[in-house]
Amino acid sequence: MSQFTLTLDGREVTASEGQTILQAALANNVVIPHLCYDPRLTPTGACRLCLVEIEGEPAMATSCTRLALPGMVVRTNTEALRASRKMTLEFLMSEHRMACTSCEADGDCLLQDYVYEYGAAERRFPSLARSEAEGSYTVGHEGIVYDPSKCVRCQRCVKICAEVSMNEAITLKGRTMDVEVSTAYDLPLNESSCELCGLCVSTCPTGALRERGAIGRGRAKDLTKVRTTCPYCGVGCQFDLCVNRKTNRIVRVTAEPGCVPNDGNTCVKGRFGFQFVASPERLTKPLIRENGALREATWEEAINLAGRRLAEIRDKYGPDALAFLSSCRCPNEENYLMQKIARAAGKTNNVDQCATTCHAPTVAGLASAFGSGAMTNSIGEIQKVQTLFVIGANPTEAHPIVGLEMKKALRNGAKLIVCDPRKTWLARRADLHIQHAAGTDNFLVNAMMNHIIAQGLHDQKFVAERCENFDAFRENLARYSLDEAARICGVPADKIRLAAEMYAQGTPSSIFYTLGITEHTCGTENVQNMANLAMLCGQIGKPSSGVNPLRGQNNVQGGCDMGAIHSVFPGYQKVSDPAVREKFAKAWGVEIPTNTGGRVTDFLEEAHAGKLKAFYVLGEDPVLSEPNQTKVIESLKKLEFMVVQEIFLTETAKLADVVLPGACYAEKDGTFTNTERRVQRVRKAVDPPGDARPDWQIICDVSTAMGYPMNYRHPSEIFAELASLTPILAGISYERIEKQGLQWPCPTPDHPGTVFLHDGRFTRGKGLMHVIHFRQPAEVPDRDYPFMLSTGRTLFHYNIGNMTRKSAAIRQKEDENFVEIHAEDARRLGITAGGMVRVTTRRGSLAVRARVAEKVRPGALWMPFHFAENSTNQLTNDAFDNITRTGEYKCCAARLEKIESPVA
Amino acid sequence: MATMPAVESADLRPALRILDEMSPVTASDTIPLLQRLQEAYGYLPREVVLEVSQRTGLPASRLFGVATFYAQFYLTPRGRHLVRCCRGTACHVRGGKNVISTAEKVLGIRDGETSSDMSFSLETVACLGACALSPVAVVDGRYLGKTTPARLEHVLRTMREEAAGPAENREEST
Ligand code: SF4
Ligand code: SF4
Ligand code: SF4
Ligand code: FES
Ligand code: FES
Repeated sequence: MSQFTLTLDGREVTASEGQTILQAALANNVVIPHLCYDPRLTPTGACRLCLVEIEGEPAMATSCTRLALPGMVVRTNTEALRASRKMTLEFLMSEHRMACTSCEADGDCLLQDYVYEYGAAERRFPSLARSEAEGSYTVGHEGIVYDPSKCVRCQRCVKICAEVSMNEAITLKGRTMDVEVSTAYDLPLNESSCELCGLCVSTCPTGALRERGAIGRGRAKDLTKVRTTCPYCGVGCQFDLCVNRKTNRIVRVTAEPGCVPNDGNTCVKGRFGFQFVASPERLTKPLIRENGALREATWEEAINLAGRRLAEIRDKYGPDALAFLSSCRCPNEENYLMQKIARAAGKTNNVDQCATTCHAPTVAGLASAFGSGAMTNSIGEIQKVQTLFVIGANPTEAHPIVGLEMKKALRNGAKLIVCDPRKTWLARRADLHIQHAAGTDNFLVNAMMNHIIAQGLHDQKFVAERCENFDAFRENLARYSLDEAARICGVPADKIRLAAEMYAQGTPSSIFYTLGITEHTCGTENVQNMANLAMLCGQIGKPSSGVNPLRGQNNVQGGCDMGAIHSVFPGYQKVSDPAVREKFAKAWGVEIPTNTGGRVTDFLEEAHAGKLKAFYVLGEDPVLSEPNQTKVIESLKKLEFMVVQEIFLTETAKLADVVLPGACYAEKDGTFTNTERRVQRVRKAVDPPGDARPDWQIICDVSTAMGYPMNYRHPSEIFAELASLTPILAGISYERIEKQGLQWPCPTPDHPGTVFLHDGRFTRGKGLMHVIHFRQPAEVPDRDYPFMLSTGRTLFHYNIGNMTRKSAAIRQKEDENFVEIHAEDARRLGITAGGMVRVTTRRGSLAVRARVAEKVRPGALWMPFHFAENSTNQLTNDAFDNITRTGEYKCCAARLEKIESPVA
Repeated sequence: MATMPAVESADLRPALRILDEMSPVTASDTIPLLQRLQEAYGYLPREVVLEVSQRTGLPASRLFGVATFYAQFYLTPRGRHLVRCCRGTACHVRGGKNVISTAEKVLGIRDGETSSDMSFSLETVACLGACALSPVAVVDGRYLGKTTPARLEHVLRTMREEAAGPAENREEST
């Protein structure tokens, strides 16, 4: 971007090409008032406050709509301009119900600021303000309140809903004086296309749009902003918790345009999902099982008991009798300590975290192909992708901010291919939607690659120079013709052909996938095939082009990076490597165990078999998150001893012998690593409830009680230790990421971090092309169970729902399990939208409400997994990926019946 | 301008036919599309617009925003006859106010309302652009220049009696 100079108020300043005069001024600390400007939006020029004088032009111009040009001479603050702005403000005041004394936005309102600055008179013109009355579209809405009498009709809310979130839920209604914001036909907001992202509230410059939950809880002067990282998905949005110190409560969440990676945007979970922090259901005291029931205990009692029993079992039965389940919800520091306590105090490699439930195939598959198991590119690169290849991912719901970036790419003219059994938001807008049957991904991708080679569309130079095993790989593909793929996948051959050609030719192309690829018995193979496709076409190792798994949980990248995996130490250093073992043995002053260790799915099986005796679970709820719930409970009940460290009394905690109350993300310091490998700060905003304590302290105490003392004064010390032992993180420190996170690999303190991986060379040297054979899912529909059931996430909830479901706004939007059914199947079975149905699999049966549409394929069912009281994992199959033991959540055979005599 | 409510608002067929004829419908067709829907239904019924939004992908909020911006669109059913009276300055000084109050009295409805038997809608307008003829009223598109209250009353009563006769278009009053 080229730079040039112009003159602002007699001062020469630098601007970049494409900046408006207003943007250039703001960048140079020249403040021009602006009510309707937001850097995320196209300018409207509606408020006319940003007027400036441009030399050589007779009339004043709105600086938000005029491009800055080299040599321009601009005045921003003359008498005439000030008079004009004052008049504009006085007109606004005549339509505004001035109520600053009782307004939520007092101290956080541009109108108020400008009126004060310009000395505008409140009553220069007769008041035409409306009386106080809520806009009808938000009446009764738990999330958002709209007050037309404070609205300055700047259109920011309407534009952000249209241009950024692309939901177009709201509009300006009426004309002239009667204009106000509303939904179509004043529908209640929850019945519109609103996704509750709260962007409209975030951009409103006045008190017209606010969060309902924040009302009466404190105004700008009562609130302290604490910058932190969102605790939900792997995007890792940066936002501010606005905390009222007097009440120790989070009041609202705001985000700053310009911040990385989310540019001031958040989704519904980030914006409205914080009420769980102050929930009365939080654990506040340690609990101990006595005579079959849990009773309150002191910390000393609880820690001693946990430490003593874990040590006893370790000594009595050996290292394989003990397992540690770490948590991707928790910061890096705590994950580091969990694998350390397992290996140093527990003397076992039995340590895992929830990636096994979701992205372990990614870590394994990409590591075998490239040598590094992470997203190859950055979120910020998405907007420049030319061809988006989205498979088994639903980013607008599961990773909404990545979804926004993809929407940006579409606005920039990108082509979109979506391969998904469901008609998702992106699928409906795709250039090509391949609605293949669940579990047939490998056939589809093999056929695509076969076609690419047949047409000579592959990148022969890239394959020759940077990959190995091409011949075997190519030979295998011959069996996968387009026609055969069409039959197996249930998609026209032409579409598959076109997808192959578009991907191969639309440089830069980029692959995005999530659990639709990994949660299969062939999950790792699916991932390896993603790598194959990218290598074949040379669409990797460059900007905006690569293989991009979108990690599910806030810190699932970090949990894996920290070595909470049986086979690796932090930074994927192999336990099997004696030199690595030696390094850690020296650092920790212990002998490093050599047992193979297992995955969480193994732990449960071993517990069932009576071989695993003790289990220490941090921030996870396997009862609800693992497939085949009934069997999971049986297994856990067979344990001799279980410690659960949690913020709520989860279903798993209810089975524990000791429950240790931890602190949630808002109550402690640490770091999360987002899906693009960016290590970002988590900061303490409020105190933990009751006696609850930061988890890193608890782990230290348990370890000490087990006979391996651990002692840190602050998480930054833990980070310093782990960085010193982990080459890919060695250059990162709390100081360096104070303002903005850094992306690993970052080997030295002066390294800028790595935006995209495999530039010029794969981490493992040459990229390995795998020979992938198509295999059917473990369970396929048959006479008795004719439907194919998949599970997944909705926009509004997170995992088992125990955080998001504490939010009133989210609850009001969606608070009940459901099953999606295709309209054709519904008609055939006499099922109506909203009616109750029974879904049965070989493992369990649930009664839920039907959502009838054409979102799923005929013969397919889809259910979310967020609702504990009616848990979908009673149905799912405990069949696992052959390599990483990830459950096949995406495919299980099911039966569907209408429930007669519906309860009213 | 006044149009007959040709079909029940819940009957989607006319809307589907219009979509068919206009296919493919894109954003630039918004205004003609709304015009044709209004022609068919007499106004823009909610169910119809929401369905049209579903099928065309044009956001309902956008259709609604446009519909509320232009005076030509109605969001509630209109009467079979539309009476518009001018309240502009020229008309006002020549007794336009009495013309309006006469219309209100005879029809039993106020500005912006529709009679419960759906026979009349009444609107006032800032200026009908015929100030030379003020005061002006327009009944079903017919300009009544230099209207006196008595003349308007006569016209409206005549229309009402005709309407009360056996007419196929009559609907039960609700
Ligand atoms: S919350 Fe988001 S989707 Fe809903 S109206 Fe506001 S901007 Fe639009
Ligand atoms: S509600 Fe706020 S953002 Fe929307 S038009 Fe009114 S003042 Fe502007
Ligand atoms: S849930 Fe994800 S997308 Fe939503 S605010 Fe949090 S980090 Fe951002
Ligand atoms: S900021 Fe330029 S017109 Fe409002
Ligand atoms: S003022 Fe009535 S027609 Fe112009």
